[in-house]
Amino acid sequence: MNPTMDTEPPAAPAAPASGTAAPAAETILSVRGLRAGYAGGAPVLKGVSMDVRARAVTAIIGPSGCGKSTLIRCLNRLHEALPGAFCDGEVLLGGRNVLDWDPVLLRREVGMVFQRPNPFPTMSVFDNVAAGLTLNGERDRVKLAERVETSLRRAALWDEVKDKLRSPGVGLSGGQQQRLCIARALAVEPRVLLMDEPCSALDPIATARIEELLLEIKDQLTVVIVTHNMQQAARVSAHTAFMLSGELVEFGPTQGLFTKPSDKRTEDYITGRFG
Amino acid sequence: MNASVYARRRRVNALMLAATAACAAVSAGVLLGILGYIAWKGASSLSWSFLTELPKPVGETGGGIANSILGSVKVVGLAGLMGIPVGVASGVYLAEYGRTGRFAFCVRYAADVMNGVPSIVIGLFAYALVVMPMKRFSALSGSVALALIMIPIILRNTEEFVRLVPGTIREAALALGVPRWKVAAFVVLPTAGRGIATGALLALSRAAGETAPLIFTAFGNRYWDQGLLGPIATLPHTLYNYAISPYADWHQQAWAAALILMAFMLAVNVAARVWLRPPSTGAL
Amino acid sequence: MTAAAGERFGDRIFRLSLAAAAGLILLAALALAVQLSWASRATWAQFGPAFLWGRTWDPVAGSFGALPFLYGTAVTSALALLIAVPLGVGSAVFLTELAPRRLADLLGFAIELLAAVPSVILGLMGVFILVPAVRAVEPELTRTLGFLPFFRGAPYGVGFLAAGLILALMILPYITTVAREVLRTVPPPLKEGMYALGATRWEVVRGVSLPYARSGIFGACFLALGRALGETMAVTMVIGNAPDISASLFAPGYSMAAVIANELAEAAGDAHLSALIAIGLALLAVTVVINGLARLMIYRLERRA
Repeated sequence: MNPTMDTEPPAAPAAPASGTAAPAAETILSVRGLRAGYAGGAPVLKGVSMDVRARAVTAIIGPSGCGKSTLIRCLNRLHEALPGAFCDGEVLLGGRNVLDWDPVLLRREVGMVFQRPNPFPTMSVFDNVAAGLTLNGERDRVKLAERVETSLRRAALWDEVKDKLRSPGVGLSGGQQQRLCIARALAVEPRVLLMDEPCSALDPIATARIEELLLEIKDQLTVVIVTHNMQQAARVSAHTAFMLSGELVEFGPTQGLFTKPSDKRTEDYITGRFG
Repeated sequence: MNASVYARRRRVNALMLAATAACAAVSAGVLLGILGYIAWKGASSLSWSFLTELPKPVGETGGGIANSILGSVKVVGLAGLMGIPVGVASGVYLAEYGRTGRFAFCVRYAADVMNGVPSIVIGLFAYALVVMPMKRFSALSGSVALALIMIPIILRNTEEFVRLVPGTIREAALALGVPRWKVAAFVVLPTAGRGIATGALLALSRAAGETAPLIFTAFGNRYWDQGLLGPIATLPHTLYNYAISPYADWHQQAWAAALILMAFMLAVNVAARVWLRPPSTGAL
Repeated sequence: MTAAAGERFGDRIFRLSLAAAAGLILLAALALAVQLSWASRATWAQFGPAFLWGRTWDPVAGSFGALPFLYGTAVTSALALLIAVPLGVGSAVFLTELAPRRLADLLGFAIELLAAVPSVILGLMGVFILVPAVRAVEPELTRTLGFLPFFRGAPYGVGFLAAGLILALMILPYITTVAREVLRTVPPPLKEGMYALGATRWEVVRGVSLPYARSGIFGACFLALGRALGETMAVTMVIGNAPDISASLFAPGYSMAAVIANELAEAAGDAHLSALIAIGLALLAVTVVINGLARLMIYRLERRA
């Protein structure tokens, strides 16, 4: 372990005044002056700072192309996996800058669920959920079975699939597949779960099931959810961030942001005047 | 006047369209003709002893081609053992790490070049590489030649199928905290597995039908082979020797051998077709 | 971060071993050219480039000239293209523009299967069916077309004509398959525009589809030519194997691939061996150039699409 990295003080450098920070209490993730984009292109994130509260749901809203997906993809450093992508600034998880971590280890702490359900096509329901463990060398069958069941229960999918654990994961319905992906992410026991518009490919009923499930797990897990749907943000989150053109415009308790936005642009967006 | 011009245009149209239909009918008909004729000629000479016995000495009738069948299995099998891992590994390399870059471009270009090199020239290469230093014809040299023929085919096919695996599958695995190489080896590769396996099977069947590179590498043998470092009989090569011989009995055996070879090729190709619709350029 | 370093180590090992496999192909391609050049150095030293236009091939007397083989390869390949291109393009037009989908799939598969028929089996068919048929037809051709030098001479059966015909069969599937794919890429609006002017189907094919697909079809022809130049077994079995240069298509000849196949295993000494490998090197050079041109045309087309 690199000692300079370990002793990095959690104190944050002065953040550009592009957003208001949430209360520092119970903060698990601190983003400080995060800039990201692609080599040779205009920056997608122009210095974002925000604090994510532990064991709560934080929603990020904003119009298409505002950088909200890029933001959460920086949090588990998946953004950098794209060709030509860069990302600098600070993302402190438990006080240490994740941009200095090994991305592989980071991603076991910070899980992710994607826009479209993406179960592994060659794997069964069971193997999909267990994948994060088995691919990292876990061989203990009893432990795997326990973890798969717990994860599927937490993802509210257990009752529907307990009789077909050996059938292919891609054979489930779209909504079930997305919950399978949630179970898969939960099985690794991350501290933070990132969700990138997890319901955008689902029908209303499947969406409602995901939202219910979010409300159930929100007390045990930190969730950061990007959504295009303001009602969804209002229903599931405790805090909401509004982003526009790569900047964090407003960040605060969800209720306040939706009822009394302090920024004109936020008000325009939530009242549907643009976006 | 106008009406007659139109009538002529319609006549030309009908004539030319009929001509294209005739082209297609001839092309497909040739295949049916070949298959039918081989089945008819070959079936009459096919027997159990033909499949299980060694060739009789020159001049005696009867005997079989068991050693050639076994030899083909050995030579092609060894070629597969050498060619499939190399082809698949380099295909995965190109798709996963080498979408751009000079090295990848050179590899891709070299594979295209090798794919276009006549099999007889590949045979010459194996001859210069293996037979000349060892000073003997061998099954091994034949396998090297066939492996060199298979590798570029498998490489381009593997690359194509690995590229078809959606990026979201890779991201899903990466997001679980799985190292990149495990993502490639245990998630991406199995997802493309069916296509890759089919491609490898087609490449094996192509190699199994090759004769030219074996004439002066595997060389042929009238008896059971003495291991992989000695000369060995193969089915297409024996077929060739029998076909150009002056003996009517050997001609009969050539047809029977052709039936076996053709049945194998047909089975593999139809199976591959049913199992998987190959991507468009698979034939090249 | 020992664990982390371990992961990165795994990534590097994996990537490097894949790259090593890929490098092997690069190496093989280079080694191929170097090996053949080295193994044929005696021939180039003795005859120089004149080896390529020497007309006598007499292994016993130690006199080697490759022209008869170059000539045979060129004539048979040209003949094959002459026959296979119209047939292949015609088939492709039928399959893409006229045939109902299922029939097109079936016929297309049958034509592709033709490419899977081993060369030696086509040679077998050639020896026992094509050669007797050609022998029967040749006098007739002499009677009607005998004013041309190509159609004179004794009807042997084996010779350039038989070899060209069988080669045509072998390259037909390549032309058909590629031409069919290229014709599929013709944008429908282009064709609809022409139909809207009252054109017949054939006029649309001739006026829009074929011109649009032209460079791809050229590419297919070059690819097929590359195959034809190096085809060995079927040609060896029907060409007659005589190192002569004759204007008549009926005469027996020889090709580059065929002489290697026939003589290498029993080469009469090192000079003979070296000369055969020199022919192989020449064949390699020609096919690489032809294939390079074909790839260029097809790459260009892919970029457009």
